[in-house]
Amino acid sequence: MLLDVKDLHAHLRTRWGTVKAVDGVSFSIEAGETLGLVGESGSGKTMTALSLLRLLPEPAGRIVNGQVLLDGEDLVAKSEREMRRIRGRRISMILQDPQTSLNPVFNVGNQIVEALRVHLGRRANGLWKRAEEALRRVKVAAPQERLRSFPHQMSGGMKQRVVGAIALASEPKLLIADEPTTALDVTIQLQYLMLLKDVQARMGLGMLFITHDFGIVARMCDRVAVMYAGRIVESGPVREIFKAPRHPYTAALMASVPRMEARVHRLPSIDGQPPALHRLPGGCRFAPRCSYVDERCRLEYPPAVAIGRSHAAACWKVAP
Amino acid sequence: MQRFILRRFFQSLVVLLVVAVVVFALARVTGNAADLLLPEDAGREDREHLLKALGLDRPMHEQLARFLKGALSGDLGMSIRYRKPAVEVFFERLPNTLTLVPIALLSAIVISIPLGLLAAVYRGTIIDRVSGAIAVLGIATPSFWLGIVLIYIFSIQLGWLPSARMGGPAHYILPTITLAAFLVAGMMRLVRSSVLEVLNSEFVKLARIKGLSQTVVIWKHCLRNALIPVVTLFGVFFALLVTGAIVTETVFAWPGVGRLTYEAVIFRDYPLLQAVILLKAMIVLGVNLAVDILYAYLDPRVRYS
Repeated sequence: MLLDVKDLHAHLRTRWGTVKAVDGVSFSIEAGETLGLVGESGSGKTMTALSLLRLLPEPAGRIVNGQVLLDGEDLVAKSEREMRRIRGRRISMILQDPQTSLNPVFNVGNQIVEALRVHLGRRANGLWKRAEEALRRVKVAAPQERLRSFPHQMSGGMKQRVVGAIALASEPKLLIADEPTTALDVTIQLQYLMLLKDVQARMGLGMLFITHDFGIVARMCDRVAVMYAGRIVESGPVREIFKAPRHPYTAALMASVPRMEARVHRLPSIDGQPPALHRLPGGCRFAPRCSYVDERCRLEYPPAVAIGRSHAAACWKVAP
Repeated sequence: MQRFILRRFFQSLVVLLVVAVVVFALARVTGNAADLLLPEDAGREDREHLLKALGLDRPMHEQLARFLKGALSGDLGMSIRYRKPAVEVFFERLPNTLTLVPIALLSAIVISIPLGLLAAVYRGTIIDRVSGAIAVLGIATPSFWLGIVLIYIFSIQLGWLPSARMGGPAHYILPTITLAAFLVAGMMRLVRSSVLEVLNSEFVKLARIKGLSQTVVIWKHCLRNALIPVVTLFGVFFALLVTGAIVTETVFAWPGVGRLTYEAVIFRDYPLLQAVILLKAMIVLGVNLAVDILYAYLDPRVRYS
């Protein structure tokens, strides 16, 4: 097991009170495997990812409970110093918006070399050569010249490749990709996804792929976990969940993905808003928006019910 | 870049022209020089004679034309009080101010950048609150009052530091503090908010994801980005210091161009006043141009095309 997250709780103190952004999340990722983490904006996907790196916003964010086991070592118990040796080297992350993820005042080479230096040590030789290699790995044309370019001289797709090169420079074991294609043009989204998949296969990377797009899940992921209001409501193999989503929220999300072959006048959507995370309903958090809701749903949070070997859903309406 | 500098240069010339006209007009609507220069028992004839000698009997537009024409050839008229070319008087005094202002600016930078940075990094803590209080105090304290209080404490009561005039290094301490105080306050808050903004940026998050230490994240990734808006205002700060020097130099009897400005106003030495303001405007414009060039160096996105 490369990554095993157990009952992770992360809270954010805000002026509206404590927000339970991650509220008892468990999942695991094997080497070479991709887990998709799916959910609406504000469901806690990014906070989960930042918790793994122990980079929750300071000083508001805090991991209050749970374990993050990377190769069996608990990251929650590590000191900041120890975490620095893990970030970049063993876990890396690609952020959503390539327009803002690179520092505008340093050239691309400088920013890649910096990541390499953390990994290889201050005295390592040939870092620029390796940086060129890193760019070649993410299929950037003329990498040698590109090293001297500044971020503003590049297209969004190119910048996201550079961010990818930085993430992969130190040959991490786990890559977190937080909606890496959301900010890209549709025409280059697919290119980028294929590139990630290709690199993953070559390096044997475990990947946590955060997205709200089930189309991307189908293309990229082996397993998927659906998050709603800080909790995972359903998880399982992509194939199974696509065939038969068991949680009403998963089903509703998938129904709202437009499909080429279906002729509909209006795309189905989920009525209502996700609950405010500082004022969660007592029972199932999806209850206020669910069409199958009954009395028990409103009172008690449903336990996760195992459906298949690795398929589970937290819903009272799911028969084991 | 060259084209940018050239364009800015011509813009500066236009600004100078406007300044010249405004100064020319102000010097004439605020009273007549002849009234101040003549003894009380001077007769009508003496007065007219003097006006004629000063060229003040000519129509306004003619006076202006002569003033501008002179200015182009570097002649801004004779100082009435010093009986020397006004330009010469200005440049005699300028070195005294140019030792004071850069020292004040430098101390302001050296103090306010680390303090602002600390306040941002430790926002919400006691460090942040203390620096915030100092800033409010600094902004609210007028220079003339601060100068007098400093003289009272350190020169009169303690007798540690000289209270007036130029001299050794000790003479610089009180004027520098007075001049830098209100700059420090403003700059500190500016650096703080600027750093805070950069700290929340995605590239800082990415720098942390790379596993960089807090020191590298802050001093490399934050500071340079945070300084861009601060450097933009360096020109303004410099201008503030040059004007602020009027009060400070007067309080400390510092023989620089600030005090010269004050004297020119008090003695209605209008050729000198015109010269002082015009030359100061030239210096401020020059500094602003230099700042723009520095700005391009700091931020590679700026290419002035």
